Amino acid sequence: MGFEFVSLSLPPLVIGVCVAIACAVPGNFLLLRRQALIGDAISHVVLPGIVLAFVVAGSLSSVAMMIGAAVAAVFSMVAIELIRRFGRIEPGAAMGVVFTTMFAAGVLLLEQSDTDGVHLDVEHALFGNLEGLIWFDALGWASLLDPVALAGLPVELPRMFAVLVIIVVFTVVYWRPLAVMSFDEGFAQALGLRTQALGMMLVILSALAAVAAFDAVGSIIVIAMFICPPAAARLLTNQLGRQVWLSALLAAISAIIGYVLAGYGLGWLGYGASVSAAGMIATVSGVILAIAAVCGPHRRRVS
Amino acid sequence: MLLDALLFQLGYNAALVMIGAGLLGLAAGMAGTFLFLRKRALVSDAISHATLPGIAVAFIVMEAFGGDGRSLAGLLIGAICASALGLAAVTYLGNRTRLSEDAAIGAVLSVFFGFGIVLLTVIQAFGYGRQSGLEGFLLGSTAGMLRSDATLIAVSAALTCAIVLLMRRPLTVAAFDPGFARVSGQRPDWAEAVLMAVVLAVTVVGLKVVGLILIVALLIIPPVAARFWSDQSTHVLWISSIIGGLAGYFGAALSAIAPDLPTGPIIVLCAFGLFLVSFLFAPERGVLASVLRHFRFRRDVHMRQGLLALAQGHPIFEDLTLKLLIRAGFASADGVPTDTGRARAAKALRDEARWREVRGDPAFERAAARYDGLTDLSDVLTEDQLREVDARIGPPVGAA
Amino acid sequence: MTLELVGHSSEQDRAAPLLIRGMTVSYGEKPAVFSADMALRAGEMTAIIGPNGAGKSTLLKAALGIVTPLAGQAQFFGQTLDAVRGRLAYVPQRASVDWDFPTRVIDVVLMGLYPRLGLLGRIRGNHRDEAMGCLERVGMEAFAKRQIGQLSGGQQQRVFLARALAQKADLYLLDEPFAGVDAATEKAIITVLKSLTEAGKTVVAVHHDLATVVDYFDNVLLLATQVIAQGPVEEVFTKALLEKTYGGRLSQAVMPESAVS
Repeated sequence: MGFEFVSLSLPPLVIGVCVAIACAVPGNFLLLRRQALIGDAISHVVLPGIVLAFVVAGSLSSVAMMIGAAVAAVFSMVAIELIRRFGRIEPGAAMGVVFTTMFAAGVLLLEQSDTDGVHLDVEHALFGNLEGLIWFDALGWASLLDPVALAGLPVELPRMFAVLVIIVVFTVVYWRPLAVMSFDEGFAQALGLRTQALGMMLVILSALAAVAAFDAVGSIIVIAMFICPPAAARLLTNQLGRQVWLSALLAAISAIIGYVLAGYGLGWLGYGASVSAAGMIATVSGVILAIAAVCGPHRRRVS
Repeated sequence: MLLDALLFQLGYNAALVMIGAGLLGLAAGMAGTFLFLRKRALVSDAISHATLPGIAVAFIVMEAFGGDGRSLAGLLIGAICASALGLAAVTYLGNRTRLSEDAAIGAVLSVFFGFGIVLLTVIQAFGYGRQSGLEGFLLGSTAGMLRSDATLIAVSAALTCAIVLLMRRPLTVAAFDPGFARVSGQRPDWAEAVLMAVVLAVTVVGLKVVGLILIVALLIIPPVAARFWSDQSTHVLWISSIIGGLAGYFGAALSAIAPDLPTGPIIVLCAFGLFLVSFLFAPERGVLASVLRHFRFRRDVHMRQGLLALAQGHPIFEDLTLKLLIRAGFASADGVPTDTGRARAAKALRDEARWREVRGDPAFERAAARYDGLTDLSDVLTEDQLREVDARIGPPVGAA
Repeated sequence: MTLELVGHSSEQDRAAPLLIRGMTVSYGEKPAVFSADMALRAGEMTAIIGPNGAGKSTLLKAALGIVTPLAGQAQFFGQTLDAVRGRLAYVPQRASVDWDFPTRVIDVVLMGLYPRLGLLGRIRGNHRDEAMGCLERVGMEAFAKRQIGQLSGGQQQRVFLARALAQKADLYLLDEPFAGVDAATEKAIITVLKSLTEAGKTVVAVHHDLATVVDYFDNVLLLATQVIAQGPVEEVFTKALLEKTYGGRLSQAVMPESAVS
C-alpha cells in the first residue's frame, strides 16, 4: 500500500494541490477586479504560446514554455486593450475576439508543426494527464528521504512547486498594493502605485500558473481553479485575508477529493476503471461553489 | 483547389456543409450582434462549453438503450438540455448571489466542461474509445461526414437563420430601446428568452462544424468587426451577419481542401481576418484613421494653446507647443512671436473671446454645445450672429 | 525665454500647493478640459464649480496623473507630483468604488497609512489607534468593525475622509465629497475640512451645490471646459460669472441667493 501510494498517487496529488492553490490565489484578485474571465482568456492563449515556443526553441524545455506562455498572455492583454480602446468595445467582447483567435491559431499551428515524439496535442492541452505523473523510483515512504529516489520525481512536481512559491511570495509582498488597487484604483494611482504594471504582473503570474499547470491538468480546468475556489470563498466570508486563505483551502480540498474520486470512484461502484482526474477536480470545485451559492453566509449582495 | 471548393466542385457533402456553415455564420453574426449590444457576449461561451456533458450523457443513454450513440440528432438534443442547464446556472449565480456575471460564466463553463471530460473518460472506460467520435465536437470536424449529418446541419442552419430573421424586429426593439419595448407591451424578459434560444440554436448547430470551444468566436467576432464600420445599430446588424456568413462559407471551403485540419479554427481565423481588416482600415474607427486623427487633434490643441499664450504674453512651457509654433513660422526659436504669429494669435484670442460670450449666453445654447476649444466660431454662427457677438464684446484688443 | 512671466504666474503662485498650467484633457476628440490654469492658495478652501460634464473631476485626476493630459503640467508645492506624493491626499468619488469589496471600515482607513507602512511594515497598535482617531474625527468610530457594504452613502463618504486624514497630508483633493450625503454627514465633513484649513492645510473640492459655496469655501474656480474665472468667493461667485459658466443650463431657480450680484 505504502509503495503504491507513494509511487502512483502521491506525486499527482501534490501536483494537483499545488496547481489548485497557485491558480486560486491570484484568482481572488482577478475576481475582485471583475476580471474573472481573464483567467479564461489566459488559459486559452497559453496553448499558442507554448506551441510557438516549441516551434522557435525546437524543444519543450520548461523555460521556453514559461516564456512563450507569458509572452502570449501579455500580447493578448495588449491586444484586448487596443481593441477596447480603438473600437470602444466592451472588454468581454474584446476578450472573446482575442482568445478564440489565438486558441484557433494555436490549434492549427500545432496540427501543422511536427510534434511527433513530443507529447503535445490538443486533447492533452485540454485534459492534461495528471494520472500519468508517476514516481518510478519510489519504493515506499522512505524514498521521500532518499536523494537518489527524489531525483527521479516527475519534473512537473518541482516546477509546479516553484511556481506556487513565486505566486505566494508575490502575493504576500504585494498584498497591500493588490488590495488597494482592487478596491479603489483611483486612490491607488494617487498614492503613486503603478496600477497598470501591477495588473500586468498579476496577469503574468496567472499565466505562469496556467502554463505550469498546463501539463498536469490541462488548460480548461485551470479556469475552474482560477474562479471556483475564490468565488466560493467570497460567498463564505467578507474579509479579503480570510477569503484568500479559504480559497486556497477549498482549492486544495477540490484537488484531493477530485483526485481520489477520479481514481477510485468507479471502483467503488464496482467497475475497475478510472476517469479524468482534472475533470473531476473541476467538477468537485463546482460542487463546492454550488453549495456556497445556496447556503454561504455572505452569498447575497447587501444592498 | 480553393476555387473548386468555393464553386461547390468538391462533392455534394462538402457543398452542403459549406452552405450550412455560411448560413450558420449569417445567423451567428446576427444573434451575436444582439448579445454584443446587451454586453453579454461571453454568455455564449458558457452555453457552448456546457454542451459537452449533454453530448456525453446523450451518447451514454443512446448506447444504453441499444441505439447508435453517434446519432447526431440525439447528441444535439442532449447538448441543448445541458446548455440550457448551464444558462440557468449562470443566471442563478449572477442574479441571486453577489458574484458578477463574468465570474458566473467562468465558473459554469469550466465546471460543465470538466464534468464533460469526466464523462468522456467514462465512455472510454466502457470500451468505446475513440470510435465514439465525440472529440470531433470539441474543435469541429466535417471530414468524412455522413450524408444525413450534412443534410441535418444545412437544414438546421437554414432554420436557425430563418428564426433569427423572423425575430429580428422584436429583438432589435428589445436591444436598442428597452423603454419602448415595455411601453409597446413587449416583455423584456421574453425578448431575452428568445435571444438566448437563438444563441442556443446557433451553438448547437455549430457544434459539429465549428466545435464547442470556438463556436463563441462566430458569435463575437462578426459583431465586433462590424462595430468598426458603423455607429448605427441596424447597419452593424447587417454587416455583422455578412461577415459571419463569409467567414463560415470561406472557412468551410478551406477546410474541405484540408481535411486533416479541424474545421473550427479555420473558420475562426477567417472571421478574424475580416475583423483585422475592419480594425485597421475602417474609415472612422479603424486604428489607422484614429491614430492619424489623434495626432492631428493633439497638434491642433497645442497650436491653439500656443497661439493663445502668445496673444496674452504668457510663457510657453511645453516643448511640443513651441516646436509647432516655430515650424509654422509663428514664433522664433526663443519663443518670441513673429509678425504673422502675432496676427494669428490675435485672431485666436478674438475667437476665444467670442466663444466666451456665446457660451455664457443661454440664447446661443445650441451653438455653445459645439465648443471644443478648436472650432472657429465663424464655422458655427451665421454672419449676423457673429456681428451681434462682436458688437457685445467690443473691438478687438490691440487691433489696428 | 525672453518672455517675462506676466500676471497670473507670480512668485507666490509658483510655490502654491497646486499649480496647473495649460492643462488639456480629452476623451476622444472633444476636450473635457481645455487649457486650464489654476493656482491654489495655501491654507484655504477652494471649490471647483461648473455644470455637469464641465471637466471638474477630470481636472483633479489629470493633476494627479490618474488620467494622462494631452497637454499641460501640474506642480505641487513647486515640485513635481512624484516628489511630494506623501503630502497629498485624494478622496475619489464615492461611486467610483466597488462597495461590495470584502473589507471592513477600519481596513479602509488603514489604507491611508500604507505609504508610511511600506510593503511589509507591521501594523502596530499605534497605527490602529491613529486610524481609530481619524474615524473619531468623522464620527464613525462605532463602525470600525463594520463591513463597508453595510454603510449608507454618507457613512461611506466619511470613511473615505477618514482615510484621507490618516494620510496626514498638506493638500486634500476631494472629488464631490458632498454628493448624495445626508445633512449630518455634510456638516461633519465641513467641520473636519474647516479644522484642516485652520491647521494650515489646503483643501480643494469638486462641488456642485451652489447654495452652500459661500458658507463653505474661501475661493472658487468656475470651470466649463475652460476656466471661466477664479479667485476669492466674494469676487468671483457672481451672477454674471455663474451665468457665463452655466450658460443656458443655469435656470433662475437654482441661482443661489448668496451669489453676489
